[in-house]
Amino acid sequence: MIFLFLVLVGALGWVFGELTGFGYGGLAAALVIAAAMVFTSYYASDKIVLAMSRAREASKREFPHLYNSVEGLAIAAGIPKPKLYVIDDTAPNAFATGRDPEHAVIAVTTGLLEKLDRLELEGVIAHEMSHIKNYDIRLMTLTVVLVGVVVLLSDWLLRSFWWGGGRRRGDGNSGGGLGVLFLVGLALALLAPLFANLIKLSISRRREYLADASGAMLTRYPIGLASALRKISDDREPLEAANKATSHLYISPPKQLTVGGKVKELWSTHPPIEERIRRLEALGGAGPASS
Amino acid sequence: MSVLIAFGIIVLLLLMFAGLYNRLVNLRNRVDNAWSQIDVQLKRRYDLIPNLIETVKGYAAHEKQLFENVTKARSEAISAGNVGEQAQAENMLTGALRSLFAVAENYPDLKANQNFMMLQEELSGTESKIAFARQFYNDTVMSFNTATQTIPTNMVAGMFGFTQREYFEIEEGSREPVKVDFS
Repeated sequence: MIFLFLVLVGALGWVFGELTGFGYGGLAAALVIAAAMVFTSYYASDKIVLAMSRAREASKREFPHLYNSVEGLAIAAGIPKPKLYVIDDTAPNAFATGRDPEHAVIAVTTGLLEKLDRLELEGVIAHEMSHIKNYDIRLMTLTVVLVGVVVLLSDWLLRSFWWGGGRRRGDGNSGGGLGVLFLVGLALALLAPLFANLIKLSISRRREYLADASGAMLTRYPIGLASALRKISDDREPLEAANKATSHLYISPPKQLTVGGKVKELWSTHPPIEERIRRLEALGGAGPASS
Repeated sequence: MSVLIAFGIIVLLLLMFAGLYNRLVNLRNRVDNAWSQIDVQLKRRYDLIPNLIETVKGYAAHEKQLFENVTKARSEAISAGNVGEQAQAENMLTGALRSLFAVAENYPDLKANQNFMMLQEELSGTESKIAFARQFYNDTVMSFNTATQTIPTNMVAGMFGFTQREYFEIEEGSREPVKVDFS
């Protein structure tokens, strides 16, 4: 997937360079900007996200059971205990962020704490911890930045056609080859952002399935998470603290941001809940608890 | 020319062997670390118990037998020699604690006591963590053992004496419910 991205970026950058006469300068500029974006989001991602979600640090005294669960699952995962935050919102949801296990953060809503029982809560926390352990946050940051680069390059390419295309066409002998390049570049510039986003969403969905499975391995009880997912998806409340920028981080897309219709699945950051539950139950069926 | 190629191949092989050796060292260290993590949680449990006994004594001073059972089980667990003895002592301790909490149900004032509730949560959390630590230990043992058995790491393992580790298993006898008896 990442490879596809790089190919896309490379193609755009090359075409851009060829057509505007910047040569590799165009690609270089894009990469520099991408690098700057990577560094900012990489190092400050947790603080930014926490501020956006209005989360507060959870003390052991205030939330002893939650604290102990997180500590225990961190032991099972073999990672340091992530920092724990609570969001005051009655809608049940949770997310994890942070560039690596040493700088990780897990946040849950008070709604989640109220509505789930112990085993379900552990299932959710195990899922979030798996995101951290599998370096999913780092992966998605990289992905988002690559999408940004693709969009940026496409945009520049389109602008260069608008402003410089006329001059190029008047250039005489090399007109034929350049015309084909022109069309290819146009197609790329229009379609690339679309494909980039589709790739990003596909990556996001795959990692969600992986976090479900890794979490089940931590708790050795997939039914816990399956039951929690059912409860969370049945809850009709919108999550006030979330918006479009942070929705992909949550364990289940916040209610107000889900899109209806057949196109929904392709454009969602999360796999369909029914499928996630089905896969978890298939895992759980193999255990001693089944009849 | 062919000497150069042969030389290159040998260097490559050496690098590969070094890589495999390092991987085995890594996995083995993770196993050792996981084992001592279990101890950390066990110690935590031992440390919580005196406080618990004092708190319960404040409300149910006459339940002397209970306190004795717990205290004795605790000291036996701390002083246990090998893994087998420790597992047995741990089981007795778990049983004694369970009886203590069961009796505490009869004392509503005790149940409402903040300190008691905190200790109850802490102990329950610690028992969970002991279970998680054992699970993690078993996971690391599985990774290590698999590495020592699969090609090509098994060759390096054999050469340098990386032997398989034992899983932490519950012995057959201890699957029975525990009878707390110091006779």
